[in-house]
Amino acid sequence: MIDWILLFSNAAQEIISPTTAAYALAAVGLAIHFGFTGLLNFGQAGFMMLGAYGFAIATLTFGWPVWAAILTGVVASIVFALILGIPTLRLRADYLAIVTIAAAEIVRLLFTTNTFEPITGSANGLQGYKGGFEALNPIPPGTYGFGPWVYNEYDWWVRIFGWGLVAIAAFITWRLFKSPWGRVIKGIREDEDAVRALGKNVYFYKMQSLVIGGVFGALAGMIFILPRSVVPSNYQTSLTFFIYAILLLGGAATVFGPIIGSVIFWVLLSFFSGFIARAVEVGWLPFLSNVQAGQLRFILVGVAIMLIVIYRPQGIFGNKKELAFVK
Amino acid sequence: MLLAGLVSALTLSIAAPAAADEVGLDEYDFKISGLVELADEPLSEVLLVVEGGGFRVEVESGEDGRWAVGVPERGEFTVTLDENTLPEGIAVIDPELEQPNVRTITVGQSGSAVANFFIGQGERNTTSLFDQVVERIFNGLNFGLLLALAAIGLSLVFGTTGLSNFAHAELVTFGGLMTLLFGVVLGMPIWLAIPIALILSAGLGYVNDAALWKPLRRRGVGLIPMMIVSIGLSLAVRYLFQLFVGGDTQQLPGATDTSLSIGVFGLSWTDVASMAVSIIVLLGVGYFLLRTRIGKATRAVSDNPALAAASGIDVDRVIRIVWVMAGALAGLSGILWAYFRPGVSWDMGFQILLLTFAAVTLGGLGTAFGALVGALIVGLLVELSTLIIPSDMKYVGALVILILVLLVRPQGILGRKERIG
Repeated sequence: MIDWILLFSNAAQEIISPTTAAYALAAVGLAIHFGFTGLLNFGQAGFMMLGAYGFAIATLTFGWPVWAAILTGVVASIVFALILGIPTLRLRADYLAIVTIAAAEIVRLLFTTNTFEPITGSANGLQGYKGGFEALNPIPPGTYGFGPWVYNEYDWWVRIFGWGLVAIAAFITWRLFKSPWGRVIKGIREDEDAVRALGKNVYFYKMQSLVIGGVFGALAGMIFILPRSVVPSNYQTSLTFFIYAILLLGGAATVFGPIIGSVIFWVLLSFFSGFIARAVEVGWLPFLSNVQAGQLRFILVGVAIMLIVIYRPQGIFGNKKELAFVK
Repeated sequence: MLLAGLVSALTLSIAAPAAADEVGLDEYDFKISGLVELADEPLSEVLLVVEGGGFRVEVESGEDGRWAVGVPERGEFTVTLDENTLPEGIAVIDPELEQPNVRTITVGQSGSAVANFFIGQGERNTTSLFDQVVERIFNGLNFGLLLALAAIGLSLVFGTTGLSNFAHAELVTFGGLMTLLFGVVLGMPIWLAIPIALILSAGLGYVNDAALWKPLRRRGVGLIPMMIVSIGLSLAVRYLFQLFVGGDTQQLPGATDTSLSIGVFGLSWTDVASMAVSIIVLLGVGYFLLRTRIGKATRAVSDNPALAAASGIDVDRVIRIVWVMAGALAGLSGILWAYFRPGVSWDMGFQILLLTFAAVTLGGLGTAFGALVGALIVGLLVELSTLIIPSDMKYVGALVILILVLLVRPQGILGRKERIG
């Protein structure tokens, strides 16, 4: 029989899991790009990858402390944003889409190739970079928590750090878009030419938006690798599409939408995957194997993206007037 | 994970000096194995190197000619047979490949794969640089032409509807999958299976428009939302394919048949046929666009849909025809791609989606002939770049060129400046 308690408890764990936090932060970054500025960034996976590898390589190859490793990832993502932005921000929106998706793939191929294996670990990725982060852990050893949320001191430290970053990023975003700067950015989304007519340097504003959202993406990449290792195959284009699904679910032009969207997305996905896997095991779905059950989640996400965009483009928390889609 | 890293490091150091006929089978779940023999006589103590994803292991064939290695993950591995360990006067012969002693093996869902070599009397593998360049150029042309088939469909759809269709890759895969279904699973002859696959691909193009994009246009959904819908569609359909066919790569009839080789520049008859078909079809598309009424109407709609509609052109009909054409061209491209790679797999179209976009953007978004030029450039670039950079980075060059071209000529090679407005 299906162990419903286990399914619900697994789904409940996703509410505070560091993966949820990482996707939420990446989605907040994407909200700045896509929701507020109207930039079609399809390379968020590339930003996350640079953050993750920047952190891991700075720690492993150069032996730098944690703060310098974090800074390395952030600087790498800023450089990446500038490289992407300079050729494309003057062009129509779909050019940025193609260039960012291509650039993210270039980054992934460069980290996967055997040529740089001593530094990047190629397809096997990197591990053993967590020492410095563990040493900063103020929580004494032991197991804490209640109900389904019982973790050891490292797991709690990762969760507190991850969600702390999400909270800070959300606060910064919220303040930014209440400021004059944010109003200019939203104006660019609605009508670029009108903003240009007011004497604003649209290109410069777009670049700032690309950099800020990209840095959030890089930080998300760092949270993402704290509970696991860095493996290049995690950063395929479907990662970006998952983040788009989260963003569209919560509402593209909102600050808290992406965060709630991430929680809903992971709770539902965990519950659904768990349920299908169990249902296959007990023989409710005789036409599916367990491997096939794992593929259903991608089909589900794809269909969800289509349905949300067609029937509720503003997302769960979005405002219909702020449609967030550039014409 | 740390442990896994240590283990792979250990096997490396152990395996290198004392190669045996079975290495690492206990440590890893996945396996590559093979049999080295010459005219049914097993060859022992032949050295093979299995590499992939940062993992490397050496193995020698045993007394019975058999060897097996465990590998840490699914994916692509290259198996290199060291020809110096073969007996005198014997070499790996496979005229289709410029390096017959190196094979790329994919470990798929089944978790194991077989790598066998064609061994016989013959010259050891030495190819002069000139031959390599000529061979790469032919390969590049072949790849560029099949890419052009996919790119022209994508470009026509973009030109007439403004949609950047990310689900185009699934049309490409569909062509390959249908040929596999009719030609291999149902056992029909290939000359019958391919036309059936093309008709079904054209049908899928029609269904795409009729069931999804036309209603969305009616609803007045914007171009960017439509693009995101196509991404969702691409994701859903791609994994639906995987649900049905699994993660393995399967071969179409004749794809790995070495008897078809003509022995010049490493070309096989499959390659020649593939290029001939591409060229004939592309000429046909050119004739259609330039000389027929519907073709002219298509270009008119690409230029200015509102003006075309006002001139009495049935825009919806033109778009329908473009979708049917795009479906058939993509399906054909998928079949040729299945012979070029070689193999049919669930994500084969997605593997060249970005290159297709690169070709379309290089040539100029929405221009059919630009897509052709762009595709040939991308195809040649990808193949020729492997002379200089490692082949696992061959797509990087094409994508970098895409970004560089956008820097200096954002409208593409054949595009007009106003298009990017």
